[in-house]
Amino acid sequence: MSLASDDRSAEGRGGLNRPPLQATASQTAGPYWHLIDFPEWADLLRSNGPNAAIAGERITLLGTVTDGDGAPCPDAMVEIWQADPEGRYDGDFHGFGRCATDQAGRFRFLTLKPGAVRAEGNAFQAPHVVVSLFARGLLKQLVTRLYFAGEPLNEQDPVLSAVPPDRRGTLIARPEGDGAWRLDMRLQGEGEMVFLEI
Amino acid sequence: MSYRLPAPETQPPYDAPDYGSTHKRHPKQPLIRIAQTLSETSAPRMRPSLYETTHNLAKGPGWEAQGERITVAGRVLDEDGRPVPGAMVEVWQANAAGRYNHERDQHDAPLDPNFKGEGRIFTDAEGWYRYTTIRPGAYPWRNHHNAWRPVHIHYSLFGAGFAQRLITQMYFPGDPLLPLDPIFNCVPDPAARQRLVAAFDLEVTEPEYALGYRFDIVLRGRDATPMENPA
Ligand SMILES: [Fe+2]
Repeated sequence: MSLASDDRSAEGRGGLNRPPLQATASQTAGPYWHLIDFPEWADLLRSNGPNAAIAGERITLLGTVTDGDGAPCPDAMVEIWQADPEGRYDGDFHGFGRCATDQAGRFRFLTLKPGAVRAEGNAFQAPHVVVSLFARGLLKQLVTRLYFAGEPLNEQDPVLSAVPPDRRGTLIARPEGDGAWRLDMRLQGEGEMVFLEI
Repeated sequence: MSYRLPAPETQPPYDAPDYGSTHKRHPKQPLIRIAQTLSETSAPRMRPSLYETTHNLAKGPGWEAQGERITVAGRVLDEDGRPVPGAMVEVWQANAAGRYNHERDQHDAPLDPNFKGEGRIFTDAEGWYRYTTIRPGAYPWRNHHNAWRPVHIHYSLFGAGFAQRLITQMYFPGDPLLPLDPIFNCVPDPAARQRLVAAFDLEVTEPEYALGYRFDIVLRGRDATPMENPA
């Protein structure tokens, strides 16, 4: 395998110094991934779960996943990974959840609102949730983030700042009352969500 | 610390014209490249106390699945060849007749009441995993005329960083459907495709019990530390 044509070598992320092994190719989760769907995982606060005793602001994250026609994706796997209310990843809070979209393309997580996460130097990232989407028709996951409208730190967040201003809104959940935050995820076309290469 | 991007030719694209379901589901805007932060380099601590393990999909107390019993073993490594210990590996698959235990699978092949087709294993300190199941069957899908998926087992892996998250499929050696499958062939690099095919392994094979297959998985590695030619 010649790697000489790798165009990222100049950026120091491989190319000139390819490692001895290469990451295994991704393949689609397909339409039958629900064999590993455990609906309780969408409730990070479940009473018998790892976070039952952890205090914080209880929130619901909800929305829909739609395709290029605006039609619901009824077979997507939505996964979240987030910090605890103090913005830490190394505490007792288990910030992972998985939710299958329903026939209307809807997902719904119950969790605690994450705190601001440390960034380079003394800076902070705005509170956010990392989101991965897997589905039939996705040969590899789509990675994005969910931010919260009205957070002062949104203005200086390093990831939001990398997104053109007219598309930032696709990453910002809006409050719907009772602790619910909505973020609809359009995979393609009008209002297409911003997806990240990480 | 951050994770290196995989070589592009080793990964499938989002838009793959031969795989119809990608048409309406791939983003048309380019991805936005970001520098990894703690949110991408950290990962949930998946562990057996939170996520119960299932090492045997073929047999349990009072039940046994129909089909050819197989044992699959392999190592989970990063691109520098370092083992990834404690990685959670989820597997799911069709039964021996090529039918999933899934309400939306309408393929007219028999269901096996003794086969759920789902398991969960954690790698040991050297990155090894191992489980026993039955060899799944091929099944038709409607991507194109007379389309059949080659025999495969789906894999889902959690590494030490969320950037290492991987879902893939393991195929079987000598399957005549492989050259015809748009999902397998969407990986541009033939060597990378070939690495998705398990190898028959007599060492893994259990006498009088199950044929053995070896399937290693490589997760994204860490970026090399300081630049070698500081300008
Ligand atoms: Fe499958």
